[in-house]
Order: sequence, then C-alpha cells, then structure tokens
Amino acid sequence: MTLAVFFGCTFIAFGPALSLFLFTIARDPLRIIILIAGAFFWLVSLLLSSLIWFIAVKASDPRDEALQRGLLIFGVMFSVLLQEAFRFLYYKLLRKAIEGLVALSEDGCSPISIQQMAYVAGVGFGLMSGAFSMINLLADALGPGTVGIHGDSQLYFLTSAFMTMVLIFLHTFWGILFFHGCENQRWWEIAAVVLMHLAVSGSTFWNPLYVGSLVPSYLLMAAAAVWAYLLSGGSAQNLRRFLLCKCLVKGDGDLSGRPWG
Amino acid sequence: MTELSAHLPQFQHGQLTENFPDNHLSNTNDNSERRRHDNSERRRNDNPGSETNGQPQNNIQQVVEDEEEDEELTLKYGAKHVIMLFVPVTLCMVVVVATIKSVSFYTRKDGQLIYTPFTEETETIGQRALNSILNAAIMISVIIVMTILLVVLYKYRCYKVIHGWLIISSLLLLFFFSFIYLGEVFKTYNVAMDYITVALMIWNFGVVGMICIHWKGPLRLQQAYLIMISALMALVFIKYLPEWTAWLILAVISVYDLVAVLCPKGPLRMLVETAQERNETLFPALIYSSTMVWLVNMAEEDPEAQRKASKNSTYDKQANQPQNGDAEPDDGGFSQEWQQQRDNRIGPIESTPESRAAVQALPSNSQTSEDPEERGVKLGLGDFIFYSVLVGKASATASGDWNTTLACFVAILIGLCLTLLLLAIFKKALPALPISITFGLVFYFATDNLVQPFMDQLAFHQFYI
Repeated sequence: MTLAVFFGCTFIAFGPALSLFLFTIARDPLRIIILIAGAFFWLVSLLLSSLIWFIAVKASDPRDEALQRGLLIFGVMFSVLLQEAFRFLYYKLLRKAIEGLVALSEDGCSPISIQQMAYVAGVGFGLMSGAFSMINLLADALGPGTVGIHGDSQLYFLTSAFMTMVLIFLHTFWGILFFHGCENQRWWEIAAVVLMHLAVSGSTFWNPLYVGSLVPSYLLMAAAAVWAYLLSGGSAQNLRRFLLCKCLVKGDGDLSGRPWG
Repeated sequence: MTELSAHLPQFQHGQLTENFPDNHLSNTNDNSERRRHDNSERRRNDNPGSETNGQPQNNIQQVVEDEEEDEELTLKYGAKHVIMLFVPVTLCMVVVVATIKSVSFYTRKDGQLIYTPFTEETETIGQRALNSILNAAIMISVIIVMTILLVVLYKYRCYKVIHGWLIISSLLLLFFFSFIYLGEVFKTYNVAMDYITVALMIWNFGVVGMICIHWKGPLRLQQAYLIMISALMALVFIKYLPEWTAWLILAVISVYDLVAVLCPKGPLRMLVETAQERNETLFPALIYSSTMVWLVNMAEEDPEAQRKASKNSTYDKQANQPQNGDAEPDDGGFSQEWQQQRDNRIGPIESTPESRAAVQALPSNSQTSEDPEERGVKLGLGDFIFYSVLVGKASATASGDWNTTLACFVAILIGLCLTLLLLAIFKKALPALPISITFGLVFYFATDNLVQPFMDQLAFHQFYI
C-alpha cells in the first residue's frame, strides 16, 4: 500500500463530494451549517443503531459465527431504517427553520429554499456516512501491509472507495427525493427511498462478490439521479440546451428555489 | 473572558449593534484564567491596537433600542458569524490533531504537572478513579483561585499586575513552548538544524507574535497567532494530563463555566459587570476576534465625525493607560502626550464637555453606513483550547481513532452553533463550553465504545449502511 493507493482512494471516494461542496455549498454560510447539522443527525442515528446492535451482541453468544453475522445483518437493516427516520426528523427541523428564517427576513422570503436544504442535507448525510466508512481504511492504506494476503480480495480498498462514492451520491439524491416526498405528501417517494437504501445496503451483503454490490448500486444511483433531476425541475430539453451550451433561462432546471410543481 | 462588554456610551457609532462582541463566548477568558501556566496570558489589557483587534466593537455594549430590529439583524447575520467561528476552531483542531498524529512527543507519558499530583498508574480501578477525581479537584480549585484573584486584581485596579501577568504568559507560550514544539517536529522528521537558525526563527516568531497579540498587527496574522498559541496550550494539556483526569477536568470545567458566567455571584459575571460599570474593555487580546473595526473610515471632513473618531481612539488610549483614568475629569482622561499627538495629526480639536455631551446624545444608529460585514464575533481562547484538548485526546487515545475524532469534531461544531443561536436569542454573555463539551464527551464515549465495534465489524465484512 502506497501513497498512490491512499490518494487514489481518497479522490475516488471523496472527490465528487468535495467538488459538490466547494462549488455549491462552501460559499453560503447557511448551507455549511445545514451540512454540518445533517452530518450530526446521521451521526446520532448511527449512534443509536450501534447501541442496539451492541446490546444484541452482548446478549448473545460471541462464538456463534452465524448468529453474529445474522445480528450484523439485522444491525445494518435497523441502521438503514433509523437513518431514514432521522432524515425525516431533519426534514421537520428544517421546515421549522425555514419558518424562522422567513419570519426574520426583510422581504418575507427565506434565503434558502427547502429544495436547496434537501440537497445540502443529502450531501451532509452522504459525507458523514462516507467519512465513517472510509477514513479508517484510508489511514490504514498509508501504513505497511499487503491487501488480500490471506486470500481475501485484493481490490478491497478500490471497491471500498467506489462504494463510498456511490453511497455519497445516493444520499444526496435520496435527500432530494425524500424531502420532495415529504413536502408534497407523496408517501410512495419516501417508501421508494427507504427501499432503495435497504436494497443498496443489502446488496453489500454480496461482498466480496463485487459485481453483486457495485453494479446494482450504480444502477440505482443512476435511476435516483434521473429521478431527482426531474423532480428538481430538470428535463430533457434543459439537458440538451446545457450540453449544446445554449443560454438557459434563469431558474430553469436548477435548484435555485423554483417551487416544485 | 467575557466579553469585553464594556459599556461605552453610544458615541462610538457604528459598533453598537454589533452586539456580537458581547458574544459571550467570552467565557474563554475565564478559561484562560484557569490555565495553570499562563494564567495571565489570557488577561491582556486593552491594547492600543484595539482597532486592529476589533476591540472598539467589544467596547460597545449592546444598547438595544429596538429589540425586534436588532434581533432580526443579529439573527440574519448569524450564519455568517457562525462560520467565522467554525473556521478558526476547525483550524485549531486540525493543527492539534495533525501534531498528535505525527509527533509522538505529545502522546508520550513524561510525567505529570504539579497541579495533578496523583498518578493514574494504580493497581485498582477504584484507586485510579479516586486519584483522577482528586486531580480534577485540585486543578479546578487552582482555576477558581486564579479567577477570583483576577477579579480581585481587576476590582482594585491593579492593571499593571494583570498586564505584567499577561505579558509573561504570552512570552512563555510564544517563545518557550513553540521552541519545544519546533524541536519535537524536527526530531520527528529527522531534520538537521543548528541552534543559530532555531534561535533566529523562534525570536522572529515570538516577537512578531507579541506585537500582533498585544499591540497592532494585521488581523489575519493576529488570528493566526491566537490559533497557534491555543493549539500549543492544548497540546501541553494533552501531554501532561492523564486520561481520566483530562475527561473529568473537561466535564467539571464546563460546569464551572456555566456557573461562573451565569450566576449572579459568579466571578466572571462580576468581572464583566465591573468592566461595564467602568466602561472599559475587558482583556481584548485574550479573545479571538473575527473582524476589526476600521476607525479610519469614520474620519471624515465632518468635524463632528472627527471628534467621534478621536473619541474612539481616545477611549482606547484611555483604557490603555488606566493609570490616567482617574485623572481630572476635565481632560476626559486624555494624557498630555496623546493630546499633542492628536493635535499633530488632525489639528487642534478640543473636546469639551459640551461636545462630548452632544456626541453622546446622538442616536445610536448612526447615519454612517453600518457595514454588517464589520460586525465580528468573539470567542475566548480558553474555548479554543478546551475544544482542541477534547478532540486531541480523542485522536490520541481512542480505539476508534479517526471515527471518534470526526464525531467529536462534528459534535463540538454543532455545540458551538447552538451556543451562537442562544447568543443571538438572549444577547448576553454566555459560556461557550458547556454545550460543546457535553456533546463532545457524549460522542467520544459513545463512538469509542458503541460505534467503533459496529463499524469494525461492518468494515471486516465490507457491509455498508
């Protein structure tokens, strides 16, 4: 393991998220705060789910491998559900915050819209989730060792990095979808997000058969991306105009607070 | 400490509504007091370079005339100020964590300070717990004594003693501790270095630091120095405090902070109130300030504005020479040499009691454009230090390593955010330690003991949640 592995995996996992942060979030203090608060909410959900898992493990026989694996799977599923529950709680908090911001603003409209908050909250969740999954691995990648020397997969670091990247993207899109569903009372959108999350986490049970986990995750990410884009006001015309570098009418197809319709 | 909330009369225009200075994140001052070595370091008197330190802002006590408007304004600018504090706190923590991870000196056990005489290498857990409780008790008593001593000194106007105390502490930090730090960094990276070069480097670093912190300097440089000395202090704490003692001290200090700043008889609150009665600033150099006020902008053709400007600098001068503060009321506390200086600079403008009264009668919201960017927030250095101690200890001793460090970091930032929100709502001195340290401690122990095994298992099987 070398510096090349370290930097490569870091940029694979966090490069897109970092650029999202730099270009869309870093300029606005309010968004940074929402990002950190989102990370905090994800952290709390992780804490609670680890508590449950810990209690379950302590109450069970540590030598029973199958049971431990089963408990871990249960822990994963429970954690996913708890994360989505905390996403809902965060949505509630942000709704209240918007009311506060509107009350305090001069012209009666909030400096940030719920859609932007949804995006930032998604990035916050994603970054924290990715960081917790990846940082210790990266620290180990700097040290000495050989990957897979005991017969495990040699692609461990690389696949972890790719998985982290896809998870960060997925959290971002799920944030947008989830908040949209909550805003417009479309419960099936919320259910879809929860199911997608369960599916992605479930697919990682196939690891180290990476084709079983990475491929479905990326497909789901593409689907979520398209869906989130459409929900945020994007359309095929916007995309074509963008790609052909034609002028866009301001407010078309971007997350500048255009109300969801 | 405390936010320099000196109550200055409203003629200091432009800075009134910046009640942010009253950011009581001042409680750092008290923390500073607690600092064992450099008790005085934190108390810096008003320095002449108050402009660069944004002190005049501190001087303005928020005289809230229209509560609602002020409340809107302060909350509207709240997000920006939160970020203005996030960045230095993050930088300080990054420096501390980077040092802890790379320089092994600060994680090596080389004895303990005299303030924590009981060892933690005991046979039983009960004995260890008892020893750490005793250590924490001794440390807190030292801090309380120092704080009360400071309040007494301040009350009886022994400004020279305080000033000297502060100078000695900052000398110690800027020269001695940074010399040790530099030496350890060189040892870690096996850099060959001679004493002459080191002497030159430390000399320059220290002297520029003293000038920036106690006198005038570019704002960014001053901020950088304050961050560096906070990091150095935090590293000393991390090295010399044994584990359980450190956590206990953090917990007890948050409680003490809460009590000292909010209780009516708390030493810090008394300090703030005394400063307000005397219309003085309170140790501005011990506070990290995010902006400075450009008094130069206010000096216009208008003689009235010039009088105001002169009053501004006068006030600082006055605070700087407290021994003249009790001079005849006629000259407004301006010393002779100051008056000559002013006459040389802007011509003979004498401020008479009438002109002073006229200026004081001016409405607080002056007509000069109040640039919201100019409003700054202030956070005491003690807060920086204890936040960094928490995160540094987390990165040094946690089994969860980076996860725990990250969790503590986010927890502290959220605590700071909540504290600032409370500040915007209550608009009075608030302690910055309790919420952040509580969150930090909770997350440290929870992440280290609960989350880490879970994440370990997940990483082992390569499951993702």
